[in-house]
Amino acid sequence: MGFERQADFGTPEVKSDELVTLTIDGREVTVPAGTSVMRAAAEIGGSIPKLCATDNMKSFGSCRLCLVEIEGARGTPASCTTPVMPGMNVKTQTPRLEKLRRGVMELYISDHPLDCLTCSANNDCELQDQAAAVGLRDVRYGYEGENHLGLGTDVSNPYFDFDPSKCIVCSRCVRACDEVQGTFALTIDGRGFASMVSAGQDGDNFLSSECVSCGACVQACPTATLQEKSVKAIGKPERAVVTTCAYCGVGCAFRAEMRGEQLVRMVPWKDGKANRGHSCVKGRFAYGYANHKDRVLNPMIRESIDEPWREVSWDEAIAHTVNKLREIKARHGVGSLGGVTSSRCTNEETFLVQKLVRAGFGNNNVDTCARVCHSPTGYGLSTTFGTSAGTQDFDTIMDADVVLVIGANPTDAHPVFGSRMKRRLRQGAKLIVIDPRRIDLVRSPHIKAAHHLALQPGTNVAVLTSLAHVIVTEGLVNEAFVRERCEWDAFEDWARFVSEERHSPEFLEAVTRVPAQTVREAARLYATGGNGAIYYGLGVTEHSQGSSAVIAIANLAMATGNIGRPGVGVNPLRGQNNVQGSCDMGSFPHELSGYRHISDDATRQLFEKDWGVTLDKEPGLRINNMLDAAIDGTFKALYVQGEDIMQSDPNTQHVAAGLEAMELVIMHDLFLNETANYAHVFLPGSTFLEKNGTFTNAERRVQPVRKVMEPAPGYEDWEVTQLLANALGLDWNYTHPSEILDEIARLTPSFAGISWDRLDREGSLQWPVNDKFPDGSPVMHVEEFVRGKGHFAITEYIPTDERSGPRFPLLLTTGRILSQYNVGAQTRRTDNVVWHDGDVLEMHPADAENRGLKTGDWVKLASRTGETTLRLEVTDRVAPGVVYTTFHHPGTQANVVTTDYSDWATNCPEYKVTAVQVMPSNGPTEWQKEQAELTERSRRIAGAAEMEPAE
Amino acid sequence: MSSGTLSRLRFSANQIAQNLAAMNPDKAVLATADHINKFWDPRMKARIFEDIQGEEGRSALSPVALAAIEYLAGGAEPKSQTRATEFNSVNEIGHSDAG
Repeated sequence: MGFERQADFGTPEVKSDELVTLTIDGREVTVPAGTSVMRAAAEIGGSIPKLCATDNMKSFGSCRLCLVEIEGARGTPASCTTPVMPGMNVKTQTPRLEKLRRGVMELYISDHPLDCLTCSANNDCELQDQAAAVGLRDVRYGYEGENHLGLGTDVSNPYFDFDPSKCIVCSRCVRACDEVQGTFALTIDGRGFASMVSAGQDGDNFLSSECVSCGACVQACPTATLQEKSVKAIGKPERAVVTTCAYCGVGCAFRAEMRGEQLVRMVPWKDGKANRGHSCVKGRFAYGYANHKDRVLNPMIRESIDEPWREVSWDEAIAHTVNKLREIKARHGVGSLGGVTSSRCTNEETFLVQKLVRAGFGNNNVDTCARVCHSPTGYGLSTTFGTSAGTQDFDTIMDADVVLVIGANPTDAHPVFGSRMKRRLRQGAKLIVIDPRRIDLVRSPHIKAAHHLALQPGTNVAVLTSLAHVIVTEGLVNEAFVRERCEWDAFEDWARFVSEERHSPEFLEAVTRVPAQTVREAARLYATGGNGAIYYGLGVTEHSQGSSAVIAIANLAMATGNIGRPGVGVNPLRGQNNVQGSCDMGSFPHELSGYRHISDDATRQLFEKDWGVTLDKEPGLRINNMLDAAIDGTFKALYVQGEDIMQSDPNTQHVAAGLEAMELVIMHDLFLNETANYAHVFLPGSTFLEKNGTFTNAERRVQPVRKVMEPAPGYEDWEVTQLLANALGLDWNYTHPSEILDEIARLTPSFAGISWDRLDREGSLQWPVNDKFPDGSPVMHVEEFVRGKGHFAITEYIPTDERSGPRFPLLLTTGRILSQYNVGAQTRRTDNVVWHDGDVLEMHPADAENRGLKTGDWVKLASRTGETTLRLEVTDRVAPGVVYTTFHHPGTQANVVTTDYSDWATNCPEYKVTAVQVMPSNGPTEWQKEQAELTERSRRIAGAAEMEPAE
Repeated sequence: MSSGTLSRLRFSANQIAQNLAAMNPDKAVLATADHINKFWDPRMKARIFEDIQGEEGRSALSPVALAAIEYLAGGAEPKSQTRATEFNSVNEIGHSDAG
């Protein structure tokens, strides 16, 4: 079989109810009206030669290779720009076309290197293919004329090269950067023979340009001009396996192109329903961490965290761990053990960890990182809609007329979805952004937000209530929708509440710092601009009133009737690749899989029968409660899979104290991370390339993860959990994750129709999949809310207790950037560090000037909780009084300054509001130095040459 | 239990009571009791029940929070007061509180 590129139909698919029948080369074909002749030919197995056309972009018509002859039409039109017409009779191969095509190829090849055999695109080059297809035999111009063969290669980007000597100026890369990605970093410089692809200005190369390294241009390039460095180094792949990305909640589907067990490159899969053939720098290129030297491949144990690690066999590690667990349970009771599941591991693995805790440890002390990100979404949307599952799929953004983005930065955190959103905005949809920072989405090429509400951190509920005030008092409520689909009494109470004068934009302006006029205009736009879709992220949830803000958002959507059809909805942008999945699997301490409370007898009995154990009916501890209980001396052992609470949870010193107080911390991960500094057992983990399983993305889309190489430590993560379980006497005997998936389907009604085989055949399924929805459910709440009527809940603005004051006059908020992912465990160990090798603090020029600071200075960032040091960047993206940083680098210790305040309903930490002071510094703080030393000491492995630290 | 944790429990209870009271003043006590019942672990509940036996504990709580905890300490199992505490029954699929 060999390696096959994905089929390319030349021009994008067109949807239409009207069908057209035409004849191509004597064969009849019927396609939707608006389809190009080129695509119609491709659909019946033909292949009209093409170079500038590719099916994820609009046709361009520049290469003149795809000419055809149409009966009754003059000349030789390009099939890519010619739409089909009923009764058309097309010939794709005639003597005239042959001559013309050879002529075009001759011109191309006269200015192209002829080193095919040593070229990295050999046998994977569309130029070669088309030269062959048109029957090119000689180039009558000869090769002595002026040419571009001497141009040097731009190797600045860490992942791909740009070799202009091979460029045929088809403009696919430029169009990919425009249409698909929306960054507009590339252009064609010059005209005629002097035309050249340029990444910016004269002095720019790919790295210094606006390029975000998404790889769309590399994928689009038909020659070796834009080529992955990995292909240059390794060679052409031999096979491709479709799998799902392990970074963010978009869940892009990729083809892992392999040669043996070596990954040559990751190419986005065009049939991926979440990404539709696009990707971002992380999924596309940043997989090098799987082979990084930091990767720990052997289990390790130690008696105390001050000792170096001792490498041991799997048997010894498991036996040792289980002995200690038993002993701790005997001494401190059943409630002293717990586990943290990973939102980055598969559904099957997560299911087994919570099963281990519930059936093996005997309690419900299991939690997941959803706690620190979208748990308020869970609470808030359940209160209003009855369910917090995402209501739409990503595609429906294309039907939105007004997009309201609050507390989210999609171009950085959900890049592929961000590109799709920008595409819709360029088509004319209006944008409202509510964010203390001027995120990229506010103003970027061809995109400008109609309104940017730059509010003070912590005032979300006030702003949302003032928007509601405008909508209700100006008569913009969609009364028909509310009467039909919502509880009318609750609506009236709510309407009365928001109409009060103290909730008007004018009254609240002093608190929110958003001009009242802006609020009024934004509210009117959302309510009357057509289909209004709200997209929100952690800037909404990570607050003391996170749940209330989510409720307020749902109230707005219900009041304006923006629910239950494509192009609207309340859309939480879930962060992790499998956070939806880990919640579905019952990772919360109060519920079993399928969102059924642990106290429900019937549910418990269902599991007890299947698992053969008795289950505890009381809710267990959340992560922050586990740490509190550890400090109190009642919580002693923790099994952490794929999570770094030391780096990602707030108030680092409190986390450290909690971990230190435990007797057994079992860290199951790829690398020795910050939490591992306090661990007594380290179990090496496997990457997403090394296991089978499923991930569920933000659209409730369950997608397969396929193994392409054997796990380097010898076991897939679920196998390790099984080893622990069996050593505890649980007698599990899963041989393949499909068996775990079958158990999940057996026990969880929304997964009833899902199986490994079905996913294999269909590519992905959006739950619920059961008798009522046999093929899954793309959009929810279409006719009615899944659980009855929508409920308006009143949200009083209660300012957080974290106040700025004379000692701490600034407010710190945090976020992510494109090239690094969360704690950076993976991305810091790839070449992505070239874009971001340290966290910086963003500060407004007015505040910087007051303190005598400039970009590049080391500054001390101090709060009531702690202090740390990092570099400064002066920018007007933040308002005066607000500072911003990221948390990707452990050395920065950003979470040393964040507080213990959290959302009232779910304990989601208030990362987004910390009162701080910033002043010049001349070096790291004591805490940073201590932590660096602790890290170095803690990562020693006994027996390693010269006892060098592992990192 | 350390004073840090106890003060956090009191703070949490007050915070829950304050926000639920804003949502619906009439059902505030029951809603707070319902929330604590469904989401707090037995140790946390035991500790706060113990705390309100003393004057300091009682005065540290707001009136709504105090009433709710007294209600729970008396052995009550309140019904769901908001949809956030209405979970799926064994065969249901509609509810989700996915984070």
